[in-house]
Amino acid sequence: MELVLKNGKIVDGGTIREADVWIRDGKIAEIGTDLVRPGKTLDMGGKLILPGLLDMHVHLREPGQEGKETIASGTAAAAKGGFTTVCAMPNTDPVVDNPLLVELIATRAKNEGLVRVLPVGAITKGQQGKEIAELGLMHQAGAIGFSDDGGWVQDSGVSYNAMCYAAQWDLLIISHPEDVSLVAGGVMNAGPLADKLGLAGADPVAEVAAVERDIALAEASNCRLHLTHLSVRGAVEAVRRAKARGVRVTADVTPHHLMLTETACDNYNTLARVNPPLRTEADREALLAGLLDGTIDAIATDHAPHKQTEKFTTFDDSPPGIVGLETAWGLLYAQLVESGRMSLATLVEKFTAGPRRVLGLENLSIAVGQSADITAIDPAARAEVDPQTFVGKGVNTPFAGWKMSGLPAMTMVGGEIVMLNGEVGNVTVPVEARAQVG
Amino acid sequence: MDKHLLALEDLSREQLWTLLHRANEYRERLDRGEKDGRELAGWTVANMFFENSTRTRMSFELAAKYLGAHVINFSQQGSSLAKGESLLDTAQNIEAMAVDCMVIRHGTSGAVRFVAENTRASVVNAGEGRHEHPTQGLLDILTIWRHKQQVEGLKVVIVGDVLHSRVARSNIQGLTKLGAKVTVCAPATLLPDSGDWQVETETDLNAALDSADVVNVLRLQLERQQQGLFPSAKEYFKFWGVDQKHLQKDMLLLHPGPMNRGLEISHQAADGPNSVILDQVTNGVAVRMAVLSILKERGGN
Ligand SMILES: [Zn+2]
Repeated sequence: MELVLKNGKIVDGGTIREADVWIRDGKIAEIGTDLVRPGKTLDMGGKLILPGLLDMHVHLREPGQEGKETIASGTAAAAKGGFTTVCAMPNTDPVVDNPLLVELIATRAKNEGLVRVLPVGAITKGQQGKEIAELGLMHQAGAIGFSDDGGWVQDSGVSYNAMCYAAQWDLLIISHPEDVSLVAGGVMNAGPLADKLGLAGADPVAEVAAVERDIALAEASNCRLHLTHLSVRGAVEAVRRAKARGVRVTADVTPHHLMLTETACDNYNTLARVNPPLRTEADREALLAGLLDGTIDAIATDHAPHKQTEKFTTFDDSPPGIVGLETAWGLLYAQLVESGRMSLATLVEKFTAGPRRVLGLENLSIAVGQSADITAIDPAARAEVDPQTFVGKGVNTPFAGWKMSGLPAMTMVGGEIVMLNGEVGNVTVPVEARAQVG
Repeated sequence: MDKHLLALEDLSREQLWTLLHRANEYRERLDRGEKDGRELAGWTVANMFFENSTRTRMSFELAAKYLGAHVINFSQQGSSLAKGESLLDTAQNIEAMAVDCMVIRHGTSGAVRFVAENTRASVVNAGEGRHEHPTQGLLDILTIWRHKQQVEGLKVVIVGDVLHSRVARSNIQGLTKLGAKVTVCAPATLLPDSGDWQVETETDLNAALDSADVVNVLRLQLERQQQGLFPSAKEYFKFWGVDQKHLQKDMLLLHPGPMNRGLEISHQAADGPNSVILDQVTNGVAVRMAVLSILKERGGN
């Protein structure tokens, strides 16, 4: 397919310039002004043209929990949210702990997915934390990294083995840092609110202790370690110190930890139950500061869809998780960029170059010869979060009614448009009429 | 409090006093042997206990019967029925049998509120999780008020596993609203993060009891020892067990029962001159009569 994106504003590497982009054979073939080239034309009307957004922490629930989400529905949600690539976490049923399952995910994603899916394999067999899984074979089958997400490898010996083993091929270990013995059954952040509600509290020290251990093991094994969904100040400080002395550690934070605090759990609001739990305002500020000073490399949604019936219960019984793919960009744009807390360039970086660097992927930019993985943003667009309009299966979000802005207007993967003006699917641009975005 | 009683946290000072005055009237009626009220005539109360408690269930049952209600009992423990969703199924089924009021005890904080939000009947919290046990809080306060003729300005010390105690939470909410000064005393592993509460915390029992007017001793679950929250019953009793020697002449000694004698409280103290523990039991019936009759007036089916 050949297509000219006309009148867009390219945001890349911190600069903004007006230009047309000619896409041919899935790649960016030319960038210039007043381009007239073979193929169709899409008038971008001044929308922002970004390198495709990447979400490095997503639960697609397939295989085994297709009632919650599938590769098809999850990647549709990703396309709607402006993401061209997602990393699929391995805590499916069965757990992705062998090369066959990695291939299965990759194949299904190729056939049924709207965006690129990078499978993450488990660190240990069955995510049991006892024996390391076939990291090398899974890597050959296409696993981008390894994680027992949902559970931390509690046994320090097993964890150290896994890191030493992974380091021989420079594989990435992704850790969900949480010492379960310190969590002690906690279902929300430990503190006065948990005690007032009579809910068991999860002490922040459970995360700090786990982060410090992982950093020590990564330093000793020279393993690439990524700490996912940090939630507390002490963890951010530990990563900052480790980076300063050269440990190969990276970190991400979720949109909900950047925008919400534990008070969202009041009145036993099961939609705010998430793991790690929502914390205090001081933690939220520390996460934002860590993001701004580069301690935290990426924003990742931890998109965790659940059925409505599963959340319609008591706080203790509800499964932890919030969906994020369809709201992450628009909420953060409204809350951080428009409020002046963060520059647009930084927000772009945390969803593109940041996570790509963590994953060891080549940089992606709007430049000739690059794959045409492009996200277009309409800075003037605004909407309220309405779970009824989600294309993903999960509607478990505490953000209903929140204002979003700078909405994704187009998602293009390898030169194919998979979302245009909110319509998700393989969109064909009309031949004759000059189609318009917006 | 309109048609439900879910937590003392929800009640204003005025609502608390309305309940206490009504309960005091019922207490006087019980003392006169009048147990044939008609306030709840035509009303059906279901006692739904998802956690064992013979005493509380009997107290609610008698309170309802003394006021002329129909009463049914349902109990179920530890099974999958304890899960939130099937709890609601059970509640909706019982409600469908023309039940007007559900008295619910459940092991999960927020479970009673969950039922109240999704059914039409009046709902009374008979103890949920570690959240609140409002009728126990009310009966403790009624007992204190009747003996001390006041609540405001009293120093009340709550001793024991405050962290896991719904009794403590209801006491704290009710007592502080009525102007009492509350101190909680426990080993550090059993103390809550009391940031937002108007309470003092203390790990030293003697210091806590200094110039106290009331000592409310909580029941200690021995399973906390298995969880490593304190080392042994012997050590606990040595440092936090309340004995007669701790009690000044005018101190009132309360315990929600059933007691672990020799663990959180000594024999001498439990049966001593300061103890009002059996009086609490009678007040419990009076409080539940007050709650049910007021709910019928307010929400009244
Ligand atoms: Zn996780």
